[in-house]
Amino acid sequence: MKEMFEVRWHGRGGQGAVTAAELSVYAAIEEGKYAQAFPSFGPERRGAPVVAFSRFSDKPILIRSDIYNPDMIIVLDPTLIKNVNVMEGLKANGIAIVNTSKPAEDIIKRYNFPGNIKLGVVNATRIAMDILRMPIVNTAMLGSFVKATGIVNLETIINVVKRRFRGAAGEKNAEAVRRAYNETVFVGGDG
Amino acid sequence: MNEFKRTPKPRVSELPIAAIIPEPGNSKYYFTGDWRSVRPVINKDKCTGCSLCWVYCPDTAIIKVEGGKYDVDLNYCKGCGICAEECPVKAITMVEEGED
Amino acid sequence: MGMECAAAAALAAKLAMVDVIAAYPITPQTHIAETLSEYVANGELDAEYINAESEHSAISACIGAAATGARVFTATCGQGLALMHELLPIAAGWRLPIVMVNTNRSLSPNLNIWGDQSDSMASRDCGWIQFFAENAQELFDLVIMAFRIAEDERVQLPVMVNAKGFYCTHVIEPLIILDQEEVEKFLPPKKIQKYALNPNNPTTWGCVAFPDVQTEIRKQWDDALRNSIKVIREVFKEYGSLFGRNYDIIETYRMEDAEVGLLLMGYACGTCRVAVDTLREEGEKVGMIKLRVFRPFPFDDLAAASKNLKAIGVFDEAISVGGVGGPLFGEVRSALYSLERRPKVLGFIQGIGGRDIKVDDFIRAYYEIKSVLSGEKRIENDFMFLQVRE
Repeated sequence: MKEMFEVRWHGRGGQGAVTAAELSVYAAIEEGKYAQAFPSFGPERRGAPVVAFSRFSDKPILIRSDIYNPDMIIVLDPTLIKNVNVMEGLKANGIAIVNTSKPAEDIIKRYNFPGNIKLGVVNATRIAMDILRMPIVNTAMLGSFVKATGIVNLETIINVVKRRFRGAAGEKNAEAVRRAYNETVFVGGDG
Repeated sequence: MNEFKRTPKPRVSELPIAAIIPEPGNSKYYFTGDWRSVRPVINKDKCTGCSLCWVYCPDTAIIKVEGGKYDVDLNYCKGCGICAEECPVKAITMVEEGED
Repeated sequence: MGMECAAAAALAAKLAMVDVIAAYPITPQTHIAETLSEYVANGELDAEYINAESEHSAISACIGAAATGARVFTATCGQGLALMHELLPIAAGWRLPIVMVNTNRSLSPNLNIWGDQSDSMASRDCGWIQFFAENAQELFDLVIMAFRIAEDERVQLPVMVNAKGFYCTHVIEPLIILDQEEVEKFLPPKKIQKYALNPNNPTTWGCVAFPDVQTEIRKQWDDALRNSIKVIREVFKEYGSLFGRNYDIIETYRMEDAEVGLLLMGYACGTCRVAVDTLREEGEKVGMIKLRVFRPFPFDDLAAASKNLKAIGVFDEAISVGGVGGPLFGEVRSALYSLERRPKVLGFIQGIGGRDIKVDDFIRAYYEIKSVLSGEKRIENDFMFLQVRE
């Protein structure tokens, strides 16, 4: 991993974007890395756009300011993109992952995504509906996160997810993680 | 959809005294409709104009339209579904906000 | 392990086996109050959890409980701390070893739930020991040490551990925690103080004091707070030798050959370190001076850290409205006034109401300091708002 890897998660209040950022950080810490997770602080109402952040590094993370130039953005709800500038500050050659039922090329064209980023798409809503019977996509997006970055191992994320959601719910969420990991496809970037 | 009309980053010199907001009712400029993930669709043929949806809407997002019927103000509707629940003739269905 | 800062603070109070918690929820302290109430509800912590009807009642309950000898913890911030205000001097003047985590939140107006130091600064004269934590690890360690320091016979004063709202409450990061055994070995056994409220041994607290004695009462209290610095130093040292984390009252970073020092407290120190590294790479001789202890004011440690400096930039996350600038700036400047070779002291206000403090802000401030030193520029009254749109 390069010096510091910064991720911004976009979701709506109640969709679990904050939890996803947290779980990614718990996983990294478990693997002995340094990591930091925080929500965009403030009152969160169901449905309102929310942002969460996570930082990863092999060295202790000293900085405690917001993330302005993420290396990666993850969008849990595609209906956000028309209202929120999810691409803001994303580094050139950064990675974006979007939960969508549309193909990647569609997303790029419709929202005018810059050409130098790598875009990953996954129909996390479908995965969540199939496995969890609810459109809560945060755990599925963690699978995509692992596939895109390899910052943590899939198994570590699965362990962390199972600890957070006990019993049958844990198993189901773990399945969602795996399926999203397998189904996320990427276009663009340096490959 | 209209842009939210306000100055998000006022200067010290632009603030009214005590940061009081002198314009009444300006929350109407804050379109909360983009929080929705489902929205109500009112079938005008079934609608009897009873106004219960308008009464129950917690957000003043149901408006009266011509013919004594009612429709949704999508600028503010947050998709809570109370109107659909309360409609006595089931004229309102909640529809997923798609990606389109 | 990974933990939320607030959860770490709650865990520290639990490991200290507090007897009484009286609190009222207020963002962003809520996770501390919630976690502790869960511990009590599920039996992990054998304590009395009082859901007070307001912060004023919460601190009153804390005072009552502590006066009978219970080990007491509470948490609040912002308007909550302000609502406690009339009782804070009583808690301290009555020499009660209450430990509070204050999750630094901006005072209204306007209604702002985010972090700045205006709340603790507004209570700086209330006679409490005040620490500032930078991160989850420090918050955890300082809360544990707070009980030890507060209950020391030579101290017997309440301790406020400040942690910036959200940036040092809702952040999840790695830290090393202690286990129950380690904490029990480190903390003194619970002891009921000599004159504790007890019907079998009645005493009178806080009676009327005429003008002919109030001065002496104040002085005794001021002496106690001032002298507590020795105990704080001792306890920090012992914690370091037992658990490997060495805390100083003032911590310096890359100050060895520095000409300019950036002085501040709390969470922004992390970001400041990055700014110092960046400036050092550009060849600038700058370092960071971090105050961990604000009360009692560390005169000697500050004088030692300021030796040979041309200038110090003091960063406040509050403004003493209509006063001499930021509260910390005013105090640092006053403390350094009697030094034979005084560095130029300049004040910078930032982070008000939770406005993000960036690496760039420190760098900008540094260059402001440089241009004042070179005579290029003057800053009126020697302090400025660093992040403001005029």
